[in-house]
Amino acid sequence: MEEKVVFKRPALLENVPLHYCPGCTHGIVHRLIAETLEELGVTQENVIGVAPVGCAVFAYDYFTCDMAEAAHGRAPSVATGIKRVHPDKVVFSYQGDGDLASIGMAETVHAAARNENFTVIFINNSIYGMTGGQMAPTTLLGQYSTTSQHGRDPKLNGYPIHVSEMLSQLVGPQYIERVSTHDAAHVLQAKKAIKKAFQYQLEGKGFSMVEVLVACPTNWKMTPDKAVQYIKDEVMKFYPLGVYKDRG
Amino acid sequence: MEKVLMKGNEAIAEAAVRGGCRFFAGYPITPQNEIPEYLSARLPEVGGTFIQSESEVSAINMIYGASAAGCRAMTSSSSPGISLKQEGISYIACGQLPCVIINMVRGGPGLGTIYPGQADYFQAVKGGGHGDYKLLVYTPATVQEAVDITYKAFDMADKYRIPVLILGDGTIGQMMEPVALPEMKDPSTFPKKDWALTGRKDRPKNIVNTLDMNPDKLEAITDRLFDVYEQIRQNDVEYEEYMCDDAETVIVAYGIVSRVAKSAVNEMRARGEKVGLFRPITVSPYPDKAIAALAEKPCVKRFFVSELSKGQMVEDVRLAVNGRKPVEFYGRTGGHVINTEELIEAIEGGKR
Repeated sequence: MEEKVVFKRPALLENVPLHYCPGCTHGIVHRLIAETLEELGVTQENVIGVAPVGCAVFAYDYFTCDMAEAAHGRAPSVATGIKRVHPDKVVFSYQGDGDLASIGMAETVHAAARNENFTVIFINNSIYGMTGGQMAPTTLLGQYSTTSQHGRDPKLNGYPIHVSEMLSQLVGPQYIERVSTHDAAHVLQAKKAIKKAFQYQLEGKGFSMVEVLVACPTNWKMTPDKAVQYIKDEVMKFYPLGVYKDRG
Repeated sequence: MEKVLMKGNEAIAEAAVRGGCRFFAGYPITPQNEIPEYLSARLPEVGGTFIQSESEVSAINMIYGASAAGCRAMTSSSSPGISLKQEGISYIACGQLPCVIINMVRGGPGLGTIYPGQADYFQAVKGGGHGDYKLLVYTPATVQEAVDITYKAFDMADKYRIPVLILGDGTIGQMMEPVALPEMKDPSTFPKKDWALTGRKDRPKNIVNTLDMNPDKLEAITDRLFDVYEQIRQNDVEYEEYMCDDAETVIVAYGIVSRVAKSAVNEMRARGEKVGLFRPITVSPYPDKAIAALAEKPCVKRFFVSELSKGQMVEDVRLAVNGRKPVEFYGRTGGHVINTEELIEAIEGGKR
């Protein structure tokens, strides 16, 4: 009887266990990157990734392509250096909200404004995961964190930053979409967005970013199913999904 | 060889291109602006990349990326901007990434002044950023020497996989002198970098990284950095001795002050005083063995260190002399450059 493979590990992913917590979807997003590049015919010799500081700091251990590990927030600058030296390679940075929207905000904004031809995968879980659940620039009003223990209070902590909306005001960036990964339908939409972002890069269009809403059950102090509900009830209301910029 | 009259900063920029630099990122700051200005026009002519970054922090991380990708890369700045680059320099050192960094030092601390200074010495040679690492640091004293050092710095950086810092000062950057420019190198002839991020093909995955949670592995990385530095110490320390053979007073100075000191030596020699100059060219590694050898000589009565600082390199001289002879110091700050008469007066005891 002939066997037909219907599901396998993408060639761009290492065959190793991931360190991510139960209920976190970093692993799914890693897989979406690997799957979409494979579907676009991009093999490991044609892609170089940049890992952040944060929960995905070990991403270089999970992808099979050449990888750089950047200083906190500096992935867009490191990716700029790599892409300008190797304009024929697909270059992506993979960054969390503290990395991208706080300490690395300048690097993010200016890479987008320069319309650098690489793709940013922006993981927004509205908290600092790796360091143990501190308030992020994206933490919702009222949301608990270890540095906003009574809930984020705008009088004390100001307001969260809508990164996709903000960057979409720039002329430079070509494609910006916010997606979620809390259920299968949204994962499929996230995959479409990530594929489109890489497609734009392959076409030489310029800067693309996909903001991915991700649950952090560990630091939200919720069970994974409660965290999914929190994304539906709270996070998606504050951070609406959709295409924020598409210059076509 | 034909000589051309060039401003220090522009001569350094041209020497970098001829030495194979094909990527530059930097942010405006006086007195080094002619380097990025020149390269913004020059690098595209040779297929290279110039980026005016949004900050010095971003620039040094672009260098991290470009160097990781295998390209000869350079950034330049001046004191306050070099402070901002220290995070990136620590990462570049730990990642064993070759690159060249120019610091046209200005007076400080703080915003300081745009006039020359030498008070970034500690930052350059004792670390600057966090953690255990060392840079290879050169101190050019003339525009020609700045050209020669810049040209060579890319080879040294690649050979040892270490960031090379060229510690200039506002005078070196701004003055014009006749220079002979070296020939243009062809980057396609440079040795292949098998560690670089070039796209994984027929080889294991390359990772440029500065993180290791395994204490044994991180210690091994740190040991390797210092093994390399030791090789440089054995093979590549550079200095100049001027009229030191029978000197009773040995002036120790680098960069622009060494030129003033050379004039002082000439004037004092003309009056029959036995004065010499020891000029470190590398200050990291420091030429401490050569200074120790001078300290052993019976004719040498004392060392006299002069810097545009409150006394930084003088500590390395004291370590090298190790109590064998007195070590005296005269320095100016605030953007003042010491002149010959002033230095002679200080050496002769009128001013300490």
